Amino acid sequence: MEGQLAHIGAGIAALGTGIAAIGVGNVASSFLGGALRNPSAAASQTATLFIGIAFAEALGIFSFLVALLLMFAV
Amino acid sequence: MATEAQSEGLGLVFKPMEQFLVTPLGGYGPVQWFTFTNAALWTLLAVVAVFLLLVVTTRNRAVVPSRMQSVAELAYGFIYKMVEDICGKEGVRYFPYIMTLFMFIVMANFLGLIPTAFTPTSHFAVTVTLALAVFLCVTILGFIKNGAAFLGMFWVTSAPLALRPALALIELISYFVRPVSHSVRLAGSMMAGHAVIKVFAGFAALAVVSPFAVLGITAMYGLEVLVCFIQAYVFTILTCVYLKDALHPHH
Repeated sequence: MEGQLAHIGAGIAALGTGIAAIGVGNVASSFLGGALRNPSAAASQTATLFIGIAFAEALGIFSFLVALLLMFAV
Repeated sequence: MATEAQSEGLGLVFKPMEQFLVTPLGGYGPVQWFTFTNAALWTLLAVVAVFLLLVVTTRNRAVVPSRMQSVAELAYGFIYKMVEDICGKEGVRYFPYIMTLFMFIVMANFLGLIPTAFTPTSHFAVTVTLALAVFLCVTILGFIKNGAAFLGMFWVTSAPLALRPALALIELISYFVRPVSHSVRLAGSMMAGHAVIKVFAGFAALAVVSPFAVLGITAMYGLEVLVCFIQAYVFTILTCVYLKDALHPHH
């Protein structure tokens, strides 16, 4: 029973990765919105874009890690 | 690829994670300290590929570069510009380490895309080692360059005094969590992409859906080529950002 509960918990934790995807999409859409208004400044900001995506994604990775721990370690 | 999903009676057996098993070359058996495994083989091949691209092709340098020489120059210029843009002029001293990281990761990722190949970067053991090395280097470098002033990174002077202890705690936690997200991001995306390709390959065992499975594998493979490069790029760019924090802790 406890093992099954851990699997349910892993499923709930996996929701966090999807929610982090919303954050990543938000970063990308804001970048595109800004880039279309001022295309000449866009090329210099791609590094910032990837850093922003990486930080937004980090929180999704933590929930992925929690899901992995619940599946294989608990 | 489809051999992994054999139909047993009515049910299909999917083994999408079997590709990540570390096994001795040429069969199954116990893995001891010095067993030459598939992981060791593909890590070695990645190093050989980097050597071929960056050393052998630039041996007979020409003013008008050959095709492979221009690829090597492109990679060199790309990383050099990234280091210079993010870390500034002082960061260029650490360019060789960052270039090594990028080339190894990108080659390991790309070689792992060959069917039946093993991807070293899909294992946490590999990526955690890389991320911990970056974390230790950057922390030690920060203390060597700035002394105790490096701790000022955690003490946000632009915030109100009452908030500073709480912010210091948050900054401290986020600093120590860096190697975790740094490593799990790379291993996680490599593992997930390869597993998805294998799941699509498993569907190919059913004759009705097999055309869609082939289409799915092709589409995922194209996406994976992109992801392989982007994840290596993100790993490298985050290394640059951490290095910048160590060199200039007050920005």
